[in-house]
Amino acid sequence: MKAGQETSISATIPAIHLHEVYKHFEGAQLPTLQGMNLSVKTGTIHVLLGHSGGGKSVTLKHVLGLVQPDKGQVLVHGQNIGECSSVELVKLRRKFGMLFQNSALFDSLSVRGNIAFPLYEHRSELSEEEILRRVESLLESVNLSNCLNKMPSELSGGMKKRVGLARAIALDPEILLFDEPTTGLDPQTARVIDDLIVSTSRRLSASSLIISHDVHAALRIADFVSMIWEGRIIETATPENFLKSEQVVVREFLLSAGVI
Amino acid sequence: MMLQKLQSLGRFVMFVFESLRWTFRKPHRFRLLLDEMQFIGNESLGIVALTAIFTGAVFAYQSWLAFVMVGTESLVGVSVSLALVRELAPVMTGLVVTGRAGAAMAAQLGNMRVTEQIDALEVMAVSPLQYLVGPKLIASTLALPLLTAIFGMIGNLGGYVVAVYVCGVDPGIYVAKLKYFMDPWDFYHGLMKAGFFGFLLAAIGTYQGFKAKDGAQGVGKATNDAVVYAFVCILVLDYFLSVLLPTGVRTQ
Repeated sequence: MKAGQETSISATIPAIHLHEVYKHFEGAQLPTLQGMNLSVKTGTIHVLLGHSGGGKSVTLKHVLGLVQPDKGQVLVHGQNIGECSSVELVKLRRKFGMLFQNSALFDSLSVRGNIAFPLYEHRSELSEEEILRRVESLLESVNLSNCLNKMPSELSGGMKKRVGLARAIALDPEILLFDEPTTGLDPQTARVIDDLIVSTSRRLSASSLIISHDVHAALRIADFVSMIWEGRIIETATPENFLKSEQVVVREFLLSAGVI
Repeated sequence: MMLQKLQSLGRFVMFVFESLRWTFRKPHRFRLLLDEMQFIGNESLGIVALTAIFTGAVFAYQSWLAFVMVGTESLVGVSVSLALVRELAPVMTGLVVTGRAGAAMAAQLGNMRVTEQIDALEVMAVSPLQYLVGPKLIASTLALPLLTAIFGMIGNLGGYVVAVYVCGVDPGIYVAKLKYFMDPWDFYHGLMKAGFFGFLLAAIGTYQGFKAKDGAQGVGKATNDAVVYAFVCILVLDYFLSVLLPTGVRTQ
């Protein structure tokens, strides 16, 4: 946790808290979220597991204020996102860093341009040299050097993820969000990305919420694991206790992944 | 069906309103505005000039064919010039720039939407309305009148060449009639229209791109819709602006 943050954020206030969130998209047969309750404790790594189409990414969009709930509250460090104006929301988002499923790198900018982007936008006091030094240091922190001037189209999937991670942490965010960070990667690269997520989260003392369907990785890297089913959380536990869950859906999920 | 159309219109109006609100808020990114001016304005010059010269030329030739029947071919110049500066220049420039830049805006933003690049901007606490839409709205509103003025000049040149060297109209009379009948407000009328068209085509292009979904197919649909809606809206708006905006006072 950053200096001074201990005093401003009470340990009892979760970094992210969703309370009875409901969301039914227009045209959808069933609601995507049906009474979603989720708390991500400050400074922890929390993995949200679930099947495809189960509402994991929608949960993340609620946390970011990209989607507003039909009912319920989304709180970030105790601040209700639903009550924020568009300007307040933009300010609140400075607390976040996010790694998207497909990296979402700006394809018209080089690797350097992508990582420097948040610095140009929010750290205007930095000189060109300082920004370049910071970009190089961020690239080193994700074990990726010598690709400063490459375009995103020239990078492999794993490299894009690492550039995306470097961009996400450029402003030392308090909360890190990961949307299926290892989907589509080979097991070795996926493990490298997982390790980077853990080391980065710990180094920044950030609160991390990871959306995933990779049970093995979740049990290895998480402090807490939650399972979403039919739009609501059916289990939240430490990895050890998650393995002992009595929930039928959880057991089936673990069984199908070959964990038990 | 009607309700859905009204809802769509409401969403578009809200989008434009929100974009304008963000556009004039700090930080102001003049570099982005210049880039957009370069793309919408400078890079459209070639196609605008080509369209203008042939529009003026064909209009002069057709006018001459009609006027010569009643012996009033001396009015070819003023007919071409009035039609160009008040109607053809703003409308044709609007349509040409829609086909070029409006479609590109929809495609660019649509691609950014479906690849989550717009979400990435929002997550980085940068308003996409301010960063992506605002500069396009301003640049297009400023560039269209400039392009229209150039269209008018080149179109008049094309008309003059055809009228004088192909149809044999006396060049002295051609110019004298222009001076006699034309009024600066005819030019202002066309330039004002162009400003409205520029804003409209950018608003439609960015809105269609912004709400794109469903991958490459969605981007294609957004681009197509942007061009179709902008074409129709420019032509409809042109009628109302022609009636409402001030024009030159005819001396006779």
